[in-house]
Amino acid sequence: MTESIALLTIFVLAAFVGVEVISKVSSTLHTPLMSGANAIHGVILVGAIIVTGAADSAIVVIVGLLAVVLATVNMVGGFVVTDRMLEMFKGPGARKKELHK
Amino acid sequence: MNTTTHLLYLGTAICFVLGLHLMNSPATARRGNQLSAFGMAVAIVLTVVVLIDDGIITATAAVVLAVGAAAGAGAGLVAARRVKMTAMPQLVSLFNAVGGGAAALIAFADALPESVDQPVSTTLTIFLDVLIGAVTFSGSLIAAGKLAGVVPGRPLTFAGARPLNLLLALTALVAGILYTTGVGGLGTLGLLTGAALVVGVLMTLPIGGADMPVVISLLNACTGTAVAMAGFVIGSTPLIIAGALVGAAGGILTKLMAVAMNRSLLNIIAGGFGTGDEQG
Repeated sequence: MTESIALLTIFVLAAFVGVEVISKVSSTLHTPLMSGANAIHGVILVGAIIVTGAADSAIVVIVGLLAVVLATVNMVGGFVVTDRMLEMFKGPGARKKELHK
Repeated sequence: MNTTTHLLYLGTAICFVLGLHLMNSPATARRGNQLSAFGMAVAIVLTVVVLIDDGIITATAAVVLAVGAAAGAGAGLVAARRVKMTAMPQLVSLFNAVGGGAAALIAFADALPESVDQPVSTTLTIFLDVLIGAVTFSGSLIAAGKLAGVVPGRPLTFAGARPLNLLLALTALVAGILYTTGVGGLGTLGLLTGAALVVGVLMTLPIGGADMPVVISLLNACTGTAVAMAGFVIGSTPLIIAGALVGAAGGILTKLMAVAMNRSLLNIIAGGFGTGDEQG
């Protein structure tokens, strides 16, 4: 029981940090921030690795494998697409280079 | 898990918080994203090392993991690199869908062995994880479809949609409660999944295309919450911290986006009117 309570405490405090950490964001950054947060919940890959690694039956391995594939798409794709969005916030010279690619 | 592992996981959590914070300003945003990505890389390497070190992982599982991760990373990388700037929102929605799907699958992986005597704290979080994960999975797919033009962007409503939605939500709730209390087994969990998937579709269909970014942000926050629930299911603190962080940050961001569009969140969710799509 104490462990559940400890995890619940972490959850609630992390939620408050989440509110505080972005509440002053400028509106031009709304979409990149959404995309960046989307990439961070790709941390689900850690969970997918843990359940697949500890799997003791074929069915769990299959479900775990599916979770690993989906989670890596979320994580890798999320960070790369956010980086591409944020590239546009660089100086005008860099932006010109992007257009000429 | 030893102390070093816990401390390293704490370090990754700090990376996520600072990374999100740096994204508040255009000057530092890119560095923030890179810091989060770095934290993520550390978390994943650490998880693999712990699994190998504990001798839990079998050779088959290791191969399966490597192949799965390579396939997923390849698909994500290609999609993110090739996408046109204008098509980015629907891609983010797709990434969000697969994240929600992965969170729901983790609950299934934990529930499937049906080792009896799961404590209520576990079955409750399995219920919430599957519910939120499945709703965001199908909802985000419809949202991406609307933006891509696969699904009509105008608000789609049909007679009896509200009662049907209510009925499905009730079904999901009852099935979830039965599963949580241990009365129903995997069957009720399957019923819950089915109902939640349809609710996700029916919730997103009546919302107009112009409101989609706000809806995607809301679904993003939901996935964060589902990830945190998955963290409770398998007792993993990095999942709980990152999930709660994204859930809360996504929630606030959704509100900010709605305010920036001069719309109330309730109006957007209700859908079907005042969307600006009607004149079009």
